[in-house]
Amino acid sequence: MSMNKQGRPTGTGTSDFASTSGSALLPNEPLLFEIGDTEHSGVDLPDAEINTARLGGFERKMPLDLAGLTEPEAMRHYVRLSRLNHSIDSGMYPLGSCTMKHNPRLNEKMARLPGFADIHPLQPVSTVQGALELMNQLSHWLMTLTNTSAVALTPKAGAHGELLGMMTIKAAQQAAGQGHRTIVLVPESAHGTNPATAAFLGYSVKSIPARADGTVDVQAVKDALSPEVAAIMLTNPNTCGLFEPQVIEIAQAVHGAGAFFYCDGANFNAIMGVVRPGDLGIDAMHINLHKTFSTPHGGGGPGAGPVVLSAALAPFAPVPFVRQGSDGLELVEHTEGEALGRITAFQGQMGMYVRALTYMLSHGGDGLAQAAEDAVLNANYIKARLGHVFSVPFPDYPTMHEALFDDSFLAGTGVTTLDFAKALIDEGFHPMTMYFPLVVHGAMLVEPTESESKQTLDHFCDVMEELALDAKAGNAARFTAAPLHAPRRRLDETRAARAPILKWERPEDLPQAAE
Amino acid sequence: MRYLPHSAAERAEMLGVIGAANIDALFSAVPANALKSFDLGLPAHSPEFLVEAHMKALAGQNHAGADGPFFIGAGAYRHHVPATVDHLIQRSEFLTAYTPYQPEISQGTLQMLFEFQTQVAKLTGMDVANASMYDGSTGTAEAVLMARRLTRRNKVVLSGGLHPHYRDVVKAYLKDDSDLECLSASPEGQGDILDHIDEETAAIVVQTPDFYGHLRNIRAAADAAHAKGALLIVVITEVVSLGLLEAPGALGADIVVAEGQSIGNALNFGGPYLGLLATRKEFIRQMPGRVCGETVDAEGQRGFVLTLSTREQHIRREKATSNICTNSGLCALAFSIHMALLGEAGFTRLARLNHANACKLADALEAVPGVEVLNRTFFNEMTIRTSTPAAALIERLAQRGILGGVPVSRLEPGDPGVANLIVLAATELTTEGDIAALCAALSEELA
Amino acid sequence: MTTKFTPDHEYIRVEGSTGIVGITPYAQNALGDIVFVELPSVGKVLKKGDEAAVVESVKAASEIYAPVAGTVSEINEALSGEPGLINTDPESGGWIYKITIADASELDGLLDDAAYAELTK
Ligand SMILES: Cc1ncc(COP(=O)(O)O)c(C=O)c1O
Repeated sequence: MSMNKQGRPTGTGTSDFASTSGSALLPNEPLLFEIGDTEHSGVDLPDAEINTARLGGFERKMPLDLAGLTEPEAMRHYVRLSRLNHSIDSGMYPLGSCTMKHNPRLNEKMARLPGFADIHPLQPVSTVQGALELMNQLSHWLMTLTNTSAVALTPKAGAHGELLGMMTIKAAQQAAGQGHRTIVLVPESAHGTNPATAAFLGYSVKSIPARADGTVDVQAVKDALSPEVAAIMLTNPNTCGLFEPQVIEIAQAVHGAGAFFYCDGANFNAIMGVVRPGDLGIDAMHINLHKTFSTPHGGGGPGAGPVVLSAALAPFAPVPFVRQGSDGLELVEHTEGEALGRITAFQGQMGMYVRALTYMLSHGGDGLAQAAEDAVLNANYIKARLGHVFSVPFPDYPTMHEALFDDSFLAGTGVTTLDFAKALIDEGFHPMTMYFPLVVHGAMLVEPTESESKQTLDHFCDVMEELALDAKAGNAARFTAAPLHAPRRRLDETRAARAPILKWERPEDLPQAAE
Repeated sequence: MRYLPHSAAERAEMLGVIGAANIDALFSAVPANALKSFDLGLPAHSPEFLVEAHMKALAGQNHAGADGPFFIGAGAYRHHVPATVDHLIQRSEFLTAYTPYQPEISQGTLQMLFEFQTQVAKLTGMDVANASMYDGSTGTAEAVLMARRLTRRNKVVLSGGLHPHYRDVVKAYLKDDSDLECLSASPEGQGDILDHIDEETAAIVVQTPDFYGHLRNIRAAADAAHAKGALLIVVITEVVSLGLLEAPGALGADIVVAEGQSIGNALNFGGPYLGLLATRKEFIRQMPGRVCGETVDAEGQRGFVLTLSTREQHIRREKATSNICTNSGLCALAFSIHMALLGEAGFTRLARLNHANACKLADALEAVPGVEVLNRTFFNEMTIRTSTPAAALIERLAQRGILGGVPVSRLEPGDPGVANLIVLAATELTTEGDIAALCAALSEELA
Repeated sequence: MTTKFTPDHEYIRVEGSTGIVGITPYAQNALGDIVFVELPSVGKVLKKGDEAAVVESVKAASEIYAPVAGTVSEINEALSGEPGLINTDPESGGWIYKITIADASELDGLLDDAAYAELTK
């Protein structure tokens, strides 16, 4: 069998401490369905007379059983729920690989201008010239920052961008009679979306081991290359927070073997304005606007994952895209030549384009470079301050925008990475990314971003240090019981997965417990 | 720079702690000729008021929905979103949170997702729903792949009434797949997908109301599919229709995919939107995307977590059911809040109002010489045939300040049979004045 | 009756021409609480090393490979309702599937008790 090498714990930990959850300002909030009923409504609408003749006999006969709330009830329900969340606005969120930076409110204000929010994707293009111009300007910034010749804006998130990029590669190879290439190389440290994307398109995934220093060995890539290899999917800076020092040689080797270089650009925040991926030999790279360009994560989305393309792949870009026509800007909506078609309805994430461009204009080219440098400075500062107490698996290179630790400093303490992270919650911080990347044991990946002040970083480092020393001093109980001061104690994930309850049911509809 | 907290002195102090001579020393792994070896030529940073002026100038070049009579639908609908919705989704704790990976400090998002899943399951009449997909079109492609995994069969048939963009997305996702059969456009509700189902068929995909506005017989499609061991995927682009029409789950659907934009979300020129995906309980392990489930914490208190994650890319990697990671969380929140504000009573009234306005629109259009309404059935959207080519006509209407619908040729450019067809919709925002203005303009243009 | 082991922590208990396959106590402990088991279908023909089943904990999915070639003759339906049997009783009630062994000589290539104990020391 294949083993879970991480030994990742999933239980609820111990609970010998009294909880302070459910405190006065954070009451437990019932479910919407337990407060509302099918009569209440927070929207005033006239009751229209209708004649059912045009409904073809398909009218609803069963009630929906959808609970409603009046406006004050709804306001209170959702405000109370919101208070159970940690957020970047309320505290540091050092989730590695996720780039939880400040989300400027100017972005939100601009995205809500009626000229952007209240326009339909299928309006005559003569009525949306400003929107097309905005897409053009965003494209210009993305291509300039990456030194590439084309960009496909439509992908809805990073993983969708990966899909698009790999589809483009597939289309290009098929057009060149290279359809027999069926292998995609993916380093071990890659994010799960990389192998999932390659497999989604029918490629078989060949894993490239990491070197002891956390980077990819050009020789290992050369050894894996063959006429069957379609592409490599390489993250740079990689998921250990390291810039791949041999990236140019890797690109050359890949191209030499007739394959393409897909770069996962999720970590572009470390290098925007400082290094142009096009200069490194990439053929396609997605950029998560919801990471690098500050569009809010919204509790899980929406995102946007535009993909920049090299000249070799540009002809295979999907529709739609914007083009200068004789009579203003045009939207090309249909496949011409060998392009791969359409990967989503309409034009992609306009709301995210507006926010990202607003952010770019606010920062300017100079500010973006400064932001990247500050992000790198902050991560190195954390690594420098904590290096003597935490274990740094890859000390050879300066880190980029995130600092990676492993769990060897916890050896013998009875405290796991998970316990440690949960203890951080009690100190007011969101935990770092845990157990990713998979190449180190018990990984802790800390990404501060450029948004944190020195004062916050110092406080964070003080807390981290204190926790590490406490763990080493044998105070495991503080960790295994944590969190104590969050709205909930550790949740029973095993129970949730063994007998999934995925929606609310009326108590009277639940199966009666057998006696 | 207003978003960057460090002063020059702090930067220097931090470099000192790190032991780096300067910032470039931290980029020492970058090949020297690739580090800052260029002039970007991009504008420098800018104060808020100048950025705002730039963006307002761009926005000002667009004709917004509220600027005049508006009849465009075709997969995205202009509905009213209560002010409360937009206020609440901008709460810091919702807007600026990540995916709820740490459930102890993410119960707000998680409980909301659990409520959302419940709402979607009830609306569609299905057992379970996921925590959202990117949009209806990508959700449809994922549903097709899911049906293939479930049936271990390959053939998929797409109805001629499926939104052409959705069809194109499925085609791109299944590139070079000879087992995909796309029936030709059926603006008059013609063409019978039931004749195309055989023992090799994994699924048929039927949209209702379909792209042209016709209501399709889901029960018949389900029975025919099931008789051959195939699955029925029902696609809905206008979820408001579910306030008036029977839920697909009650009619035998196996997977329901919908575009949820109509509830809680603005038009946004095409995104962000949100895909709803619901299915039967026995199929959950092949479902793509995140799901939230109920459990208890160490003290026995009810709480919620992301669950069944072993289907997902971060654990299953190349064996995952999908590569989706980031989804449409905040759009799902907007949907859920709007749906909670409506409740069953409000949602039903909303649907009735949409249908009533569409009936008025159809009646008025039928009276315009040179216009023929093709639908015998519809919810809030219909197709008309005009006596002159539709694309130019729509352009002329736009010059009069009226957004009169979508010429079908824009989505089906190769099909001469659709050159004179327009798909148009009414919603609760459509007024009698709007309808009168449209009909008067059409009468003049077609005279 | 002998029991043999693979280096990937499957056991096979041989009863005549039938082998009973499951995962070892060591493996269940490393995996944590098992929440779901994907069972093979009866009649499935497996080569040595083929993926036969999947056991899932909350954060991991692990493939169970066939220790030897053969045909699946029976599956442990009880695991569908109670996957935790693999944790509480891996060697008896938590067996996963039975296989009709195609070539008994393949058993010789597997680890015996002592070798497996050495491996997991
Ligand atoms: C390295 C890496 N690649 C890809 C992705 C996928 O991006 P998204 O979540 O936008 O689909 C992520 C995001 O979590 C990531 O960190």
